[in-house]
Amino acid sequence: MTTTTAPAPSEHDTTELAATARRLSILNGLFELRAFIALAVLIVVFSLLSDSFLTVTNVITMTKHVAINAVIALGMLLVILKGGIDLSVGSIVGLSGVVAGELLQGMSIGVLDVVAYPPVWAVIVLCIAVGMLVGLVNGILVTRFRVAPFIATLGMLYVARGLALLISNGATYPNLGGSPALGNTGFGFLGSGRPLGLPTSIWLMAILAAAVALLLVKSPFGRWLYATGGNERAADLSGVPVNRVKTIVYVVSGACAAIAGLIIASELTSAAPQAGETYELNAIAAVVIGGAALSGGRGTVRGTLVGAFVIGFLADGLVIVGVSTFWQILIKGAVIVLAVMLDQGQQRFQRRQGAAASAAAAVTKPASH
Amino acid sequence: MTAVLRAREVTKVYGGTHALKGVDFDVAAGRVTALFGENGAGKSTLMKILAGIERPTTGQVELDGEVTQPRSARDAADHGISIIHQELSLCPNLSVQDNLFLAREIRGRTGAVDRAAQRAATTAVMRRLEEPIDPDRLVADLRLGQQQIVEIARALLQNARVLIMDEPTSALTAPEVAVLFRLIRELTAAGVAVVYISHHLDEALEIADDVVVLRDGALVATAKARDVELSWIVSHMVGRDPDALFPDREPEIGEPVLALDGLVVADPQNPHRLAVDQLSLTLHEGEILGIYGLMGSGRTELLEAVAGRITPVAGTIELGGEPLGTTGIRDRIARGIALVPEDRQRDGLVQTMSVGQNISLAGLARFVRGLFVNRDTERAAVSKIISDVTVKTSGAAAAIGSLSGGNQQKVVIGKALLTQPRVLLLDEPSRGVDVGAKADIFALVAAQARRGLSVIFTTSEAEEALHIPDRLLVLARGRLVGEFRRGQITREDLMSLSDGGTAVPTEARERAR
Repeated sequence: MTTTTAPAPSEHDTTELAATARRLSILNGLFELRAFIALAVLIVVFSLLSDSFLTVTNVITMTKHVAINAVIALGMLLVILKGGIDLSVGSIVGLSGVVAGELLQGMSIGVLDVVAYPPVWAVIVLCIAVGMLVGLVNGILVTRFRVAPFIATLGMLYVARGLALLISNGATYPNLGGSPALGNTGFGFLGSGRPLGLPTSIWLMAILAAAVALLLVKSPFGRWLYATGGNERAADLSGVPVNRVKTIVYVVSGACAAIAGLIIASELTSAAPQAGETYELNAIAAVVIGGAALSGGRGTVRGTLVGAFVIGFLADGLVIVGVSTFWQILIKGAVIVLAVMLDQGQQRFQRRQGAAASAAAAVTKPASH
Repeated sequence: MTAVLRAREVTKVYGGTHALKGVDFDVAAGRVTALFGENGAGKSTLMKILAGIERPTTGQVELDGEVTQPRSARDAADHGISIIHQELSLCPNLSVQDNLFLAREIRGRTGAVDRAAQRAATTAVMRRLEEPIDPDRLVADLRLGQQQIVEIARALLQNARVLIMDEPTSALTAPEVAVLFRLIRELTAAGVAVVYISHHLDEALEIADDVVVLRDGALVATAKARDVELSWIVSHMVGRDPDALFPDREPEIGEPVLALDGLVVADPQNPHRLAVDQLSLTLHEGEILGIYGLMGSGRTELLEAVAGRITPVAGTIELGGEPLGTTGIRDRIARGIALVPEDRQRDGLVQTMSVGQNISLAGLARFVRGLFVNRDTERAAVSKIISDVTVKTSGAAAAIGSLSGGNQQKVVIGKALLTQPRVLLLDEPSRGVDVGAKADIFALVAAQARRGLSVIFTTSEAEEALHIPDRLLVLARGRLVGEFRRGQITREDLMSLSDGGTAVPTEARERAR
């Protein structure tokens, strides 16, 4: 009792598979562009609702707001690509501003009984170094002591904020203008300078975005980062220095947050220890709306920038058309959840599309052993 | 012969892929039906449909002649169909009895879990399986083979009329397999229908009454087990001559390349246990060295220690006469040691990256010019690897998930080869790989060895152990218990050695031939 039949793919199967693959790839393309589409919809809707929305001045103002979140989000993107999260960035924003205030208003060195007034460039370098230091602590906690990133950076959220309050004694540094006699003027440039007609912060956002994109796409570090976030064990076994990668992303994230803190302090020409509270959440939202996976390994600079624009334009647009603050908060939350839901949908499509494409390939190109 | 469970014209489509194409499949009461097929042939999909985990796209399932599509695994179990999964589906943080009665707890009058009754039932079922495991032990503390037995016990407790076993013996020793087979005989004598799936084809044929072969989602052959031989099954699975699987080779063996001396490696899961115990071996240039050992024999820890993932407790590893010390994976890759891990999903592949990015990951340093990766040289090297290791893919940009198991394995091997190694370590390279891809993989390894690459591969399949390597070492409980040239050892000797010297029961031995 032995029967044998041989299966053969029909002509019909092949065309059907190819058609399915094509259809899915178009849908997938639309999904890819969803953040852009969302941004375009926002711009159209707000332009219709208000004449003052789509004016050069307003767009520049809104982009200045976006820039601060975008700079933080770029660092956050690296951390999220690794599969981590950095909750400490908002506090680093505050700490960085306070350190700038302290340095610009004169840092008394107790033992020597002198007051030091470092030049502005040194202030900027020192503030960024402080941010990197906090990031380094995050990195060491996560890699060496195996503390979960959520907990490690939650701890540093409080520690950095506490430091900012301690240094400032809870008070705001009112005047960061410096004085010509001390040679420490020019800090205002970061917030109100306009090289080539655009605010400095927008330039900073553009330069940082280009640098991070280059890092991710072209450098071996970028590849290591995507691999570590995608599958840490596989990356490790492929010789990727996983712990170094993980530490570096927190350091970069700390630096980005410190830069944002400097921009804010400079714009306001004052530094409050409370600056940057809940900014970590906006940054995470931008990264997530931009299509990055919180599980790591997936995300782009382009997406994160668009995500930051969506959040920024949405917030400012709602203000312009006069929607109440309470509704703004609610709408922002809904947008974030919707973005993640769409992302799940896209992943399902991608899997189906991949399967369909390879099935079509397998049918048209018979096995070659 | 009555069919208890029957699949009628079952088709399953995932996206655009036809996993099953109109399959008719009968399971007879009191008989063992062995289901054969390469990976991706549709075996697991068919079983998932029968067990209610998946639903067919078209077609139907009949139980006792009535159309019954189980809506869930729970529903299927209520209908008397239970399944032992290929992947262990136990909760390691719970005790044996908690796992056995998970979601089916025995309740007392108050509604509280009756632990005494559960414990008694657990002890009884473990006695039937001749594995006296304490019902209150954590599953995490059991060795892999014991966990598999717990998995089997869970299915037994459900008093199923149809019992589906998908790879139930991958971590079992020969005596444990013998116990399982005796139990299967008892069950079929009591009228239970058993569906048996195993990569160990000879083992499945031994226990089977009926044989069914799937290929590319279609049923290609059915027969009575007594009417057919292994070669008949393999040729239907592959659709070509199985003798081509193990080509002869004339090894050119050179100088020693890798030398391990007195290597001791602690078990990373349980530091009090030694995974590798005082192991010494020498690997020569151009040699293919096989290590035969079951899961848990220490083979993975051995290779990981050589690759630099685990630091040995004692002993030395020398590459080309130079001691490697305690350097990490990165340094060892640079010196020419590459590992293809056993579990490619967990340790081998980055699912979020493309085929090409996976292939270049370990050898990325070769393409770095200044600060950046030179993508042109990378692309050229990657496409060379794709054609060298014959990955069937739409291109380097394809998603890893779109490839079959065999092709994914080729990607991991390609990644290792791209680092231009002197020593290639392959941990169960044929696990979860279909017969065709298996032949490709070993042909590829042989071709690399001819060019002077030294290879160590581990296997738990006797056929591979006997036919592929130039020299075979047998590993049991972390120690080398035998060393053979090709053709010096028989299958039976191998089986008994791998259990750590325990003799195979004569009954099982006779049937294994």
